[in-house]
Amino acid sequence: MDLLGQYLVNGIMLGTIYALVAVGFTLFFGVLDVIKFSHGDVLMVGAFAGFTAVVGAAWLGITNPLAQLVASVVFAVVGTAALGAAIAKWLILPLKNAPRLNILLVTLMLGTALREVVRLFYPDGSNPKAFPALLPTSAWNFGNFTLRADSVLLVFAGLAVIVGLHVLINRTRLGLAIRAVAQDEETARTMGINYTLIVLVTFALGSGIAAIAGVMNGLYYNEVNFGMGLLLGLIGFSAAIIGGLGNLYGAILGGFLFAGLQMVGAVALPFASAYKDVFAFAVVIAVMAWKPTGLIPERSSERV
Amino acid sequence: MNTFLRFGAGAIVSAALAAAPFGAAFAKEKVKIAFIGPLSGGNASIGIGGRNSAELAVKIRNADPKAKYTYELFSQDDECKPNVGVQVATKAASDRKVVGAIAHYCSAVAMSTVDIYHKFGLPMIVWGAVLPDITYGNDYPEIHRVIGTMINQNHDAAAFMTKRGYKTWVILHDTTDYGKGHDKYFNKFVTANGGKVLADFGVTSDQQDFTAELTKAKELNPDVIYFGGLTPLGVRIRQQMDKLGISAQFQGTSGIISKAFISGLDAALAEGTVAFLESAPVEKLPGGQFFMDEYHKAKFDQGWDTCGPFSFSATNLLLDAIEKVGPNRKKVTAYLGQVNNHDSIIGPINFDDHGQNTVPAITTYVVQDGVWLEWSDSEYASGKRQLVTR
Repeated sequence: MDLLGQYLVNGIMLGTIYALVAVGFTLFFGVLDVIKFSHGDVLMVGAFAGFTAVVGAAWLGITNPLAQLVASVVFAVVGTAALGAAIAKWLILPLKNAPRLNILLVTLMLGTALREVVRLFYPDGSNPKAFPALLPTSAWNFGNFTLRADSVLLVFAGLAVIVGLHVLINRTRLGLAIRAVAQDEETARTMGINYTLIVLVTFALGSGIAAIAGVMNGLYYNEVNFGMGLLLGLIGFSAAIIGGLGNLYGAILGGFLFAGLQMVGAVALPFASAYKDVFAFAVVIAVMAWKPTGLIPERSSERV
Repeated sequence: MNTFLRFGAGAIVSAALAAAPFGAAFAKEKVKIAFIGPLSGGNASIGIGGRNSAELAVKIRNADPKAKYTYELFSQDDECKPNVGVQVATKAASDRKVVGAIAHYCSAVAMSTVDIYHKFGLPMIVWGAVLPDITYGNDYPEIHRVIGTMINQNHDAAAFMTKRGYKTWVILHDTTDYGKGHDKYFNKFVTANGGKVLADFGVTSDQQDFTAELTKAKELNPDVIYFGGLTPLGVRIRQQMDKLGISAQFQGTSGIISKAFISGLDAALAEGTVAFLESAPVEKLPGGQFFMDEYHKAKFDQGWDTCGPFSFSATNLLLDAIEKVGPNRKKVTAYLGQVNNHDSIIGPINFDDHGQNTVPAITTYVVQDGVWLEWSDSEYASGKRQLVTR
């Protein structure tokens, strides 16, 4: 029984990271109907920004882990949010009226470019970097079940971000504006909403959340590398799709579902664990065939 | 006038004298040899150590006035990825000026490139990859290897561990040829020694999260967690074992014996990890002292790491071959086919009919205070420290 608890904690941890990535995809799609394939690599840039901040803080003589952590998160979120807004302003908005395929391709290429830039120009960027453990490492043992303080903190931080986003979208004027733009661009404009600004803010928001996921990933695995965004981006995208692209709760559900599938694939299936990703993605394909609009679809009737 | 003449003549003579060695060097024919290894990515420290060692062998040879040719090292990065390896191997093999190659640390890469060397008739010597099939899986006369294979390694590893009273294992291995090879041979030998493998997990070579596999392992509660794979995954697995509170002994293969394994972990986490390598520590090699002295003299900015001495020996062997038979791929291949009792810093090199060096003993290593130490020199052997016991 205690092992079930262990699997559950592992799954929740993974699911939180996936959900944070998926939320970005769904935000962008909801507001602008675009799929931004560079999202995973933006996350990687966020993780490297966070890592740089930790190294920089240590270099400046700041050794307090909490201060380093704050520096890391702030630097990563601000830098990556700016990057996200810049991508929206100079790559995505100009192509708004071009065929969808173009945006897809442009962001796909941008992702590769970001990855290679970090690999080539970040000092020793092609090697994995050991992300320092900034969170308390104490652990509680319940028989076979080990609960670590850092995992708990990370899950709570992730959930806090998701709840915060929920409040932001549903309870604030900014959220109202985002929802208005998502529902109908023209009407939103006539109601006096600054369309461009809202799009930029949405992209900054989604990218900032990706940066948090990147730093969380670094803290959890104590490692960042230039290729980490590739699979995370794909998983986040799949999670957003099975949850229902454009729906915030769908993305969260999708993230946890995908983590669950990977766990089941690695543990419960009789064949080798090497196929756990094959299994998880196969289920995604099956779900898409069964419910093409995802488990919690965006209310599309309102969009017409 | 007189003094001027004399001075002028003197100047000309001394200039000619000074130019003489350069003149001779210019007269020498230039010969290119290739080095291929992982110069970036998680195994870069080993690749760069190997590259530096090959470069050192070339430098020493070029400084030797008796050498018939001037050598140039054409060094290429295979990133430890088979697809990249195929590209760079083709690049080296299709360059007609390249006479031979010192190639590969990663077995999966070597497996995908041996056909290319054969097709282009480029003689090559493997410096770091240990999968048996690289030499034994084909009949290519071009392929040779100075380092031993993982068969011997796992044979000794199984005997060593069972002798210390360990009875049960959970195996994780990457699903490249390298990891699968380790899985196969360790399974075979540990079972023969009376050990029991409780579970066997294949993991992809870029996997980040191992908590599912390790939680399963925790449930089975083995004495030892065995990992057949390379450093980057080794670091992640060891780290996540700790996160899940798994207290089993961690046992690796030659693939994790690198400085990067220790620097990627806390010293406390790396402590007590055991692994096995087809070579004695460099200090104990016949030519180890010479190699270390020359390496330090050359002032490389990184150490030779695990396989440097093999790379140095392989390069020297290739250079000896070229000196002897000339810069001709076919002749060099024929020469390498006959290598018997060839002197090198790792001891005499003898190639069998598959071009495999019949290598000496396997050495057991253990991490003690942040260094890979030979077992017999460690405080674990003297009983001062203990591996994880059940």
